[in-house]
Amino acid sequence: MNIPSVKKDFPIFKRKINKKPIIYLDSSASSLKPQSVVDAINDYYTRFSVNIFRGVYTLSEEATARYEEARNETASFIGAGNPSEVVFVRNASEAMNLVASSWGRQNVKKGDEIVSTVMEHHANIVPWQEIAKEKGAKVKYFDITSDGYLDTRNLDALITKKTVMVCLTHISNVLGTINPIRQLVKKIKTLNPKTLVLVDAAQSVPHMNINVGDLGCDFLAFSGHKMLGPTGIGILWGRYDLLDSIPPYQFGGDMIKEVHLYGSTYKEPPHKFEAGTPHISGAIGLGAACKYLKKIGMENVRNHEKELTRYALSGLSTIKNLTVYGPKDSNDKGGVLAFSLKGIHPHDLASILNSDNVCVRSGHHCAMPLHERLGLPATTRASLYIYNDEEDVDALVEGVNKAKKIFGI
Amino acid sequence: MTDTIYRENILDHFRNPRNFGPLTGADASHTEANELCGDRIEMQVKYATDKGKQTIDEIKFQGEGCAIAVASASLLTDHVKGKSVTEVRTMDAGNITKLLGIPLTPSRLKCALLSLEALHKTLDLVKNSSK
Repeated sequence: MNIPSVKKDFPIFKRKINKKPIIYLDSSASSLKPQSVVDAINDYYTRFSVNIFRGVYTLSEEATARYEEARNETASFIGAGNPSEVVFVRNASEAMNLVASSWGRQNVKKGDEIVSTVMEHHANIVPWQEIAKEKGAKVKYFDITSDGYLDTRNLDALITKKTVMVCLTHISNVLGTINPIRQLVKKIKTLNPKTLVLVDAAQSVPHMNINVGDLGCDFLAFSGHKMLGPTGIGILWGRYDLLDSIPPYQFGGDMIKEVHLYGSTYKEPPHKFEAGTPHISGAIGLGAACKYLKKIGMENVRNHEKELTRYALSGLSTIKNLTVYGPKDSNDKGGVLAFSLKGIHPHDLASILNSDNVCVRSGHHCAMPLHERLGLPATTRASLYIYNDEEDVDALVEGVNKAKKIFGI
Repeated sequence: MTDTIYRENILDHFRNPRNFGPLTGADASHTEANELCGDRIEMQVKYATDKGKQTIDEIKFQGEGCAIAVASASLLTDHVKGKSVTEVRTMDAGNITKLLGIPLTPSRLKCALLSLEALHKTLDLVKNSSK
């Protein structure tokens, strides 16, 4: 993949801070935006910034067509045969909350079991804790192995006839672990055919080829802003029959068929779950992001990151007293590298890196249970995407060595 | 390397924090933590009365954290020794920034203020229990 031309597509790189270029290594938190996505959003606001569905006038028809076109684009991006299985929400967190609150309230009963993992983002843990509390159900967790892989040795014990839902992250936003969803779903449904699987794909959809049919899961969540799209837009994909069977999440305009004073009827999926005026420009921006990524090809994206991850692991391994968490094999690892440096607090490390515009994140990355499991209050995390290159990784390594010098360790 | 906030005095106070350790016979103590990053500061204070005014006679801190949190606690405890409780109660972010002598972004300011928060809450404990 031709990296210089990819960086050129991102207007933010024109900017210098303290006369130095930006070295952005925090795409796991949010990705940068290509000009084409910005243009698509501006296009809405400058040429047809009207409401959808409501008007017979040309502008409204145009906006509606573009909004639904974005839905089709997104459906095709994840291999969903039916665009009605693609619900626009605010972000992956809202998608997972929708499943917990809508499917969960309707289906989880006292004594039921929900299985999550210790490496999950809070969005795939906390909503389920709440539903479990409400319904008198139990939440159980897959552990991780010492090298940060999902520990599936007790799969047979974890999945019982009481298991109603399994919540799995596709790629860990701290360890970078790529979980073998396809195989896991098969095993889970062999043990209990009634068990549903919700996949948190926030870190995978932006970075690799996803086909929901192939994965075999029942629900899948991801965010637009992590895949070159704008903030405020995300997707819940769900099997049509499931979406059809569960109650709406929010009620009001656009999700109804008819409203009378003493009763209302609701639309079918996906509109059943899209109450009120949606983030129209957000959806259009997400559609443009899908187009941009499609042009590059998700195989190329994955290969680029795999190579760069390998390069980064190799570079970081030269630094004494630095520990990288999660798999060390770039075949099993997304471009997410959380690490700790003995003697320097993650905040201090991130601050020093920032003095050279190297943008990393320090903290628990919305994965407190994972950090508790690792025995760490916080880690520093660098994450890679299509606009990163070996020079960016070199800057990271240089910055870490600079921090060591400053602290005299 | 003055393009960072890690000036020599900050690093010195981090590596060799002043007033670090347990305080035997403390009148009051309180721990403040930032779970987001693992910074944790425990303040322990012994009071004296000077001309009817309550002052901080002895003060020590314990805990762990980033260089800013620890250096701030070290500088703060040095600064308040012998000062009146009333005066210390009025200390705020501005005072801390001045003590550190470096510009702080909002996120790092949180680290710097952890020890002051712990100290204020320690002082509140005595206020509530004394006449």
